[in-house]
Amino acid sequence: MNYKSSYFIITCLAFGFAFLYIPILSMVVFSFNASKLVTVWDSAHSPTLKWYYALLGNDEILDAAWISLKVAVINASGSVILGTLAGFGLARFSQFRGRFTLNAMTTAPLVMPEVITGLSLLLLFVALEQLIGWPAGRGITTMTIGHMTFSMAYVTVIVNSRLATFDTALEEAAMDLGARPLKVFFVITMPIIFPAILSGWLLAFTLSWDDLVISSFTSGPGSSTLPMVVFSKVRLGVSPEINVLATITITVVTLMIVGVSLWMARRAKLDKAAD
Amino acid sequence: MTTSGGAAVKSAPWKDPSARPYVQVDRVTKAFGDFKAVDDVSLKIYKGEIFCLLGASGCGKTTLLRMLGGFETPTSGKIFIDGEDMTGVPPYERPVNMMFQSYALFPHMNVEENVAFGLKQDRIPKAEIKERVATMLDLVKLGDFAKRKPHQLSGGQRQRVALARSLVKRPKLLLLDEPLGALDKKLREHTQFELISLQDKLGVTFVVVTHDQEEAMTLASRIGVMNHGEIVQAGTPSEIYEFPSSKFVADFVGSVNMFEGKLIEDEPEHVRIASDDMGGTIYVSHGISAPPEAIVWAAVRPEKIFMSTAQPAGTDNVVRGAVQDIAYLGDLSIYLVKLPTGKVVRVTQPNTSRHAEAITWDQQVYLSWDATSPVVVTR
Ligand SMILES: Nc1ncnc2c1ncn2[C@@H]1O[C@H](COP(=O)(O)OP(=O)(O)OP(=O)(O)O)[C@@H](O)[C@H]1O
Ligand SMILES: [Mg+2]
Repeated sequence: MNYKSSYFIITCLAFGFAFLYIPILSMVVFSFNASKLVTVWDSAHSPTLKWYYALLGNDEILDAAWISLKVAVINASGSVILGTLAGFGLARFSQFRGRFTLNAMTTAPLVMPEVITGLSLLLLFVALEQLIGWPAGRGITTMTIGHMTFSMAYVTVIVNSRLATFDTALEEAAMDLGARPLKVFFVITMPIIFPAILSGWLLAFTLSWDDLVISSFTSGPGSSTLPMVVFSKVRLGVSPEINVLATITITVVTLMIVGVSLWMARRAKLDKAAD
Repeated sequence: MTTSGGAAVKSAPWKDPSARPYVQVDRVTKAFGDFKAVDDVSLKIYKGEIFCLLGASGCGKTTLLRMLGGFETPTSGKIFIDGEDMTGVPPYERPVNMMFQSYALFPHMNVEENVAFGLKQDRIPKAEIKERVATMLDLVKLGDFAKRKPHQLSGGQRQRVALARSLVKRPKLLLLDEPLGALDKKLREHTQFELISLQDKLGVTFVVVTHDQEEAMTLASRIGVMNHGEIVQAGTPSEIYEFPSSKFVADFVGSVNMFEGKLIEDEPEHVRIASDDMGGTIYVSHGISAPPEAIVWAAVRPEKIFMSTAQPAGTDNVVRGAVQDIAYLGDLSIYLVKLPTGKVVRVTQPNTSRHAEAITWDQQVYLSWDATSPVVVTR
């Protein structure tokens, strides 16, 4: 590596990161702006936590955030259970006929346009309500089911690809030592692939947290999620509270990513030993 | 080269037709698609034996072992352990433990937990588990490493953890897949003798897979030589070494000089073979069963060849050549002698005397051997 090209690379990096982070940074800065107009910096009264207090008093946003959080947590947990089972099944039963088709079918929801998924879910829920009376109306339940249909596919793919490099001799050794298959799964397989399951959970959580399209199709009155509220507010003009909300979200996400990365780095050592 | 078996079986149950085998493999075949990894194998292994499966890489040793452990289902044939048909019996219900070729240590558990795992499955009281694990770890000299995770151990240490883990349940039958591969020579020899004494103490029956023939010789009460999924010969180490039944076995177990020739005299007490390979005749003082004029091979072990500068008496079993290469190995030296026919013969001589008749490069020498030394094989 010579001198010039290393400068070149640094410049490239700087531009790339600027492109990614300047919009976010400006949002963070403007969350401390005193002016009601998001585009005008009121240098006389800024920085201020005014909009942070305003957000705390804004029940609409707080309610929506609470609903989003509930949906995201239930969705992530449910997707992880279903997706792990599916991923395990796909990875383990190699003689399974139609394995290719099944693989393709699990990945289909990943490429399906969300509008189509949302619409088909809506039709299903309406038809079910007419036929068996469940689900009665649409709300958190239908929304969570909707999110799970596609989040689960992501978890399946993650778990499946982790298991592809999993040394099955570990499971065999456990069985050889007297553990039954179910026990082997919980005591050997799951602890070892736990990082993959955790990434699956986080991904499912994130997918649900910022989903707008499927939520809009499957939600009912009084069950608006945060993205839905934000989106409807932004249409009437961006309020500084949205900046605050975004800043908080970014902070939480950053902390979570740093925490998980540190934890994963420690786990990675173990994985290396396992493979 | 050791030629005597080290295992504890002093009697020879395999010679007694009324003895009940502990493990019986009955015409077992395992096919992966069209490829037969194990091909029509029948074996009887008796209680207290150390039975070694010896063969080149990919010949089906692990596959056979995995069928004994219950991890593969035979395509055809049956396996009996202690008289019970093992068809359909899952690994966790077999009286068998296995040490895996890849060790398969649980990466998220420390050494102690790994070894204790099998005992925990049997709901053994905590105090007893603790004690048995500690004893076992002392036995494999890992007492100081109990709290380490597998990735903090060296290859040889991992191997010993795997060994301890498979032994701690005191199984009736222990399957070991290349148990000592990662150990250095000293530690390997040491562990081999440990295994033998362990086997003496615990009375476990061992089936050991190895591709190291010296290891097989040291450990085994009997050896099963495998080639392309078949057992080509099973017998005690000295039977295998002294009386190989085929070219493959003679060649695979120890090194050997193979002379191809035609049977010109076939009597009950002796045969004579004319070998173009050697450029002379070979006289063997035992009869063989082969049609007259058959093409046969006479196998002569390098340590059974005499080398001298003076011409020995007689015309059979004598050949002249030039020393092409000498390798000094400390306890013995290997000479490669090139015959006029172009064939290179390997001769080993112990370095017993410091001032042995010095044979050097390019020297003309006579090679000869006793009439009892060659083994004649027909395939
Ligand atoms: N699951 C499988 N599917 C297809 N072929 C297999 C499978 N397992 C083993 N084989 C093939 O069967 C043959 C025997 O394999 P095996 O593992 O028993 O060899 P091995 O004698 O233990 O060799 P090594 O000394 O290298 O361990 C090999 O050619 C291998 O490619
Ligand atoms: Mg093998």
